[in-house]
Amino acid sequence: MELKDLSLSKISELLDKKETTSREITEVFLKKIEEMDKKTNAFITVCYERAVDMADTADKRRAKGERGRFLGVPIAVKDNICTEDIKTTCASKILHNFIPPYSATVVEKLLQKGAVILGKTNMDEFAMGSSNETSYFGPVRNPWDLERIPGGSSGGSAVSVAGLESPASLGSDTGGSIRQPASLCGVVGLKPTYGRVSRFGLIAFGSSLDQIGPLTRNVRDCALLLEEIAGYDEKDSTSLPVEVPQYSSLLTGNIKGLKLGVPKEYFIEGMEEGVTKRIKEAIEVFKSLGAEIVDISLPHTDYGIAVYYLIATAEASSNLARFDGVKYGYRAEGLKDLKEMYIKTKKEGFGEEVKRRIMLGTFSLASGYYDAYYNRASKVRTLIKRDFEKAFEKVDAIICPTSPTTAFKLGEKTGDPIKMYLSDVFTINVNLAGVPAISIPCGFDEKNLPVGIQIIGDYLKEADIMNIAHAYEKAVSGFRFSPFI
Amino acid sequence: MSYEAVIGLEVHAQLLTDSKIFCNCSTKFGSNPNSQVCPICLGMPGVLPKLNKRVVEFAVMLGLATNCRINKSSLFARKNYFYPDLPKGYQISQYELPICENGYIIIKVKGEEKRIGITRIHMEEDAGKLIHEGGASLVDLNRTGTPLLEIVSEPDLRTAEEAVAYLKELRQILLYLGICDGNMEEGSFRCDANVSVRKAGETRFGTKAELKNINSFRFIQRAIEYEIERQIDLIESGGRVVQETRLFDSSKGITISMRGKEEAHDYRYFPDPDLMPVSFDEGFVEEIKAKLPEIPYDKRRRFINEYNLPEYDVEIITTDRDIADFFEETARLFNNPKTISNFIMTEILKELNEKKIGIRDTKITASLLAKLLTLLNENKINTNGARAILPKVMESGRDPESFIEELGLAQISNEDEILKMIDEVLKENQKELQEYLSGKDKLFAFFVGQVMKKSRGKANPKLLNELIKKRLDELASK
Ligand SMILES: [Zn+2]
Repeated sequence: MELKDLSLSKISELLDKKETTSREITEVFLKKIEEMDKKTNAFITVCYERAVDMADTADKRRAKGERGRFLGVPIAVKDNICTEDIKTTCASKILHNFIPPYSATVVEKLLQKGAVILGKTNMDEFAMGSSNETSYFGPVRNPWDLERIPGGSSGGSAVSVAGLESPASLGSDTGGSIRQPASLCGVVGLKPTYGRVSRFGLIAFGSSLDQIGPLTRNVRDCALLLEEIAGYDEKDSTSLPVEVPQYSSLLTGNIKGLKLGVPKEYFIEGMEEGVTKRIKEAIEVFKSLGAEIVDISLPHTDYGIAVYYLIATAEASSNLARFDGVKYGYRAEGLKDLKEMYIKTKKEGFGEEVKRRIMLGTFSLASGYYDAYYNRASKVRTLIKRDFEKAFEKVDAIICPTSPTTAFKLGEKTGDPIKMYLSDVFTINVNLAGVPAISIPCGFDEKNLPVGIQIIGDYLKEADIMNIAHAYEKAVSGFRFSPFI
Repeated sequence: MSYEAVIGLEVHAQLLTDSKIFCNCSTKFGSNPNSQVCPICLGMPGVLPKLNKRVVEFAVMLGLATNCRINKSSLFARKNYFYPDLPKGYQISQYELPICENGYIIIKVKGEEKRIGITRIHMEEDAGKLIHEGGASLVDLNRTGTPLLEIVSEPDLRTAEEAVAYLKELRQILLYLGICDGNMEEGSFRCDANVSVRKAGETRFGTKAELKNINSFRFIQRAIEYEIERQIDLIESGGRVVQETRLFDSSKGITISMRGKEEAHDYRYFPDPDLMPVSFDEGFVEEIKAKLPEIPYDKRRRFINEYNLPEYDVEIITTDRDIADFFEETARLFNNPKTISNFIMTEILKELNEKKIGIRDTKITASLLAKLLTLLNENKINTNGARAILPKVMESGRDPESFIEELGLAQISNEDEILKMIDEVLKENQKELQEYLSGKDKLFAFFVGQVMKKSRGKANPKLLNELIKKRLDELASK
């Protein structure tokens, strides 16, 4: 049994055939985590004992004849998704000791199906970052080159897959936080349509942008995991009351005659040559599969970053107000009054980037600035949304790079927030519009670092973009999703 | 120089829903601290609000009852500020696009009707409570998430008296709708007042002060009166009113500055991304409209017209919707509305007030009251008898007639018996009799009283009057 072969579908197949047990598989992954995590720091919490217990429970259920795609299948969960009785920190000092009394809906769903939680993955603090360097628990390193960042904010989730520390993981995506690290680590990552997956239990960053989604080794696993976590949740008013298709059964690999739009705004100056080359090659692959490539324009693309950093930070400034030292989490010591409790707790509990974004957001909502910033941004957001709606009148999906660069070096951009923010230039507008998008590997640059291509679909067209991704995956005979293959 | 005050009121009414506005926790008052909480109302990381539809219904009810425009799509917004009783660091409220706008209610002061505009009514969640104890501050979050309606009036009020009349009318409407218990002491009906003054004839508003923390009608009256006087004195002595928030100190009867404009919060309102717009169709509004009870103003007008009652009576018997209903039911069975309203006002309300209960807490029904009044009407008992029977009926729900014998209340209507008592009284009071006969007519009532006393209140008063008159006339003509 080799770790590199243990995809989600392979694991359930082995378990169904009784060739192994959930406990055996879980222990293999736990051992890998123990070995790898010293280098990658992909996990904040590893559930060594609990995972084995859960595996044993699953094995008992299987022994009684129960079956299920996730029964006994291990998975890693980003540390901003609440897990009952398992520490959930958001990679922040302010929640370093927080143990939720409830599980997020997505976790609840997986637990009911008998999935095993290996642990909670590292991330940028409160999902604010593109390099996974803002974590209170230290940066995550990219297994393709340990001197490099894995992308963020779901860096730990991506690395756990690329480093063979887990078969798959859950991440969250507010401006590219699943797709960009997936791209930089060479794995598959999907951000669903806003409202497709319940946000209940996801510790909010930008509530109108956040979505939970899968990071996996291949497209089929992505479909399997998405069909498990998607669906309307009465606890989340923003979740969509729409039936969930069985995505995994819709992967035909046939994309003949599909129209794929290539937006001219997504090939910009400053983009690395290695990325441009691989994307162009991938486009050729799509052509060879019978897809029609259409040049399109998304004219308001350039406003994305500005709009995003006004709206996401505004929502964050309000979402993070609750971390005040009163009810849970970190509270500063030696306080003389209430005001000091607030100030010292937040000052000591939040990291630099989080504080920067709270300040930005507070400012964009302040009376006298609201119209110029938050309100204006909301209007431009509508224009960006309309760009996509118009594009999807002409094409079935949009293809473009996921990130303008491959993995950069640790510390390379930490001193320059604006440069860092540009890492998300190709992913952000998807969140602003609320449409789904998937990032899949499309080769390596000259430094042997993974490059990702993004496929963006119309609202609720996850099945279409996964099918396009699957067609590509088949054409290139599968992905090399880990340096250890 | 004469001045005019301009007053606008903001009322917070706690709604009588079983559960909170965004979670399933109970809204019961007075439970153990932090016993009615869950991750949602505690503002735990990752939780999301889920709107309680009853709150929307209640808001629409009040909107319709106060002649508002109902917005079929309205938005929740976050009001951001820090306080330990506010677990999320923001309150979910409505800001732009509240559920109801542009309404009015009619008040009556010194016999004059006046229409007071309602700017808006919006839905929001209540905060928790801080308890300061032994040098520590404790937080009780039971109240957190209790649904509130905030009702904002136009600055149409000119006197403290008008303000109180407005509040009483609004409170009565809420009680009639059954959506708020109106308890000011427990804080389920709270009021802030914006007060400014201007010189007579001036059309612009003066600088206003916001008065907070006033929890009775009496205090509201006093706080506003004090504040008006304070502002006038200030202007007269060459000073200027500053925009600020002031607290009413009920023990001293004065208002004290709490915070100035520069310390005012910037609440950074923005639409709550966790909640969808509150949307409903005309059918939803129509359904509520169909179930809406008559509002107090309409009921009072109808009672005056339909039952021909004096305004004063109507005012009293419509204060409580249950009493008003009880009156109407009784009026259907006993065809003398004025007798009913008299009896309710003088006897029933007295009983209820003494016991601090409502009419529905007793066992009296409209048909029992009708029977009781019929006994009185047919002279089977007198007023004293009815007064004695009433509490028994209220307690037991038994037929009033069954108490006549039990309490020995049967009215004496036997002429001979009464005449005998009259003669005895006249005999016992020779001096008064002589005075009467020599012209001191006023003593007539004295004799009636004495005979009534002798009969232990049971003599038929009408008959008694007739017989005394007859006897005295006989004596006079001798
Ligand atoms: Zn609750």
